[in-house]
Amino acid sequence: MSAATDLPAEIADLIGKVQYEEEGDFPVERGYVWTVASSVENGNPLYWDDAVADELTGGPIAPPTMISAWFRPHHWAPGRTKEKLPLQVHFDLKEKLGLPEAIMSENTLVFHEPVRPGDRLTTCQILTSVSDVKTTKLGTGRFWDIEVQYRNQRGDLCCQESITGFGYRRGEAAK
Amino acid sequence: MTARITIADVKEGLELEPLAYEVTATTVVLGAVAMRDWRPMHHDYRFATERNGTKDIFLNTPNLAQWFERYLTDWSGPTGRLGRMTFRMRASVFPGDTMVFNATVTNVETDDTGCGWAELDVALTVGEQVCTTCAARIALPTAPDDNPWARRGERWKP
Repeated sequence: MSAATDLPAEIADLIGKVQYEEEGDFPVERGYVWTVASSVENGNPLYWDDAVADELTGGPIAPPTMISAWFRPHHWAPGRTKEKLPLQVHFDLKEKLGLPEAIMSENTLVFHEPVRPGDRLTTCQILTSVSDVKTTKLGTGRFWDIEVQYRNQRGDLCCQESITGFGYRRGEAAK
Repeated sequence: MTARITIADVKEGLELEPLAYEVTATTVVLGAVAMRDWRPMHHDYRFATERNGTKDIFLNTPNLAQWFERYLTDWSGPTGRLGRMTFRMRASVFPGDTMVFNATVTNVETDDTGCGWAELDVALTVGEQVCTTCAARIALPTAPDDNPWARRGERWKP
């Protein structure tokens, strides 16, 4: 974990801190598994054939790459007054560092315990590094790395995701 | 999709059969909704072109991950168990594009727990443009009766 030397203390203090621990809005369910598999025409029998799933994975599982879907908020929910965003640490950094634009440049998913229908998953976000100010062809800003952990109701790690973002201002781009 | 290859079937330098797919607006919207991504650039043409400045709506990143998963497990069969995937995003994929997936095996190994692994460089291209690359590590059976999905804890090192 590393922080740039010119980083505001408010941001530096967040590095390594576990934030936004939360449970998904709903349990893992097969309807979404089928919707996702269908969207990419994925015929893997682990998702469609219970006999194969029983043989290989001890029952149905969800595609590992759909892990983030279980934490994407409903578009609307009763009583909600503020927009709920996935990967809130990323949006916090944009706001606190005054960087209105951002891209995700790299993303790593490491898969552990399979996710199964009925699981109640929890997640947390950890800011692991923020760079010095850099100028790229997009503009001037900072790179940051965020780690997201996903666990099941038994505390087993299901997936660890590492995301590199670049927050920037336009108009000061490198040639 | 019924193939169940083992690590013995895989050698460094092996090239997978390409997968070509013609992307439509339906492909984009299906993928966004499936991943619960409600942002308008994945379903609203005017928002995408006028606010984002892109030429059309475009595939969302999490759904692209599912395309890569599908491509890899079409090859491995259901005993293939993904361990790790690293994506680098370079360009978007739009309706009207024909996206093509290619992959080359870069390493084959058996780890100290006896788990067989294949590492692959996968690329999604549209025409000459590389849109997304993925470095993937996938566990494969070391023998016909081996099942990577049975591994847990210290026996699973993705």
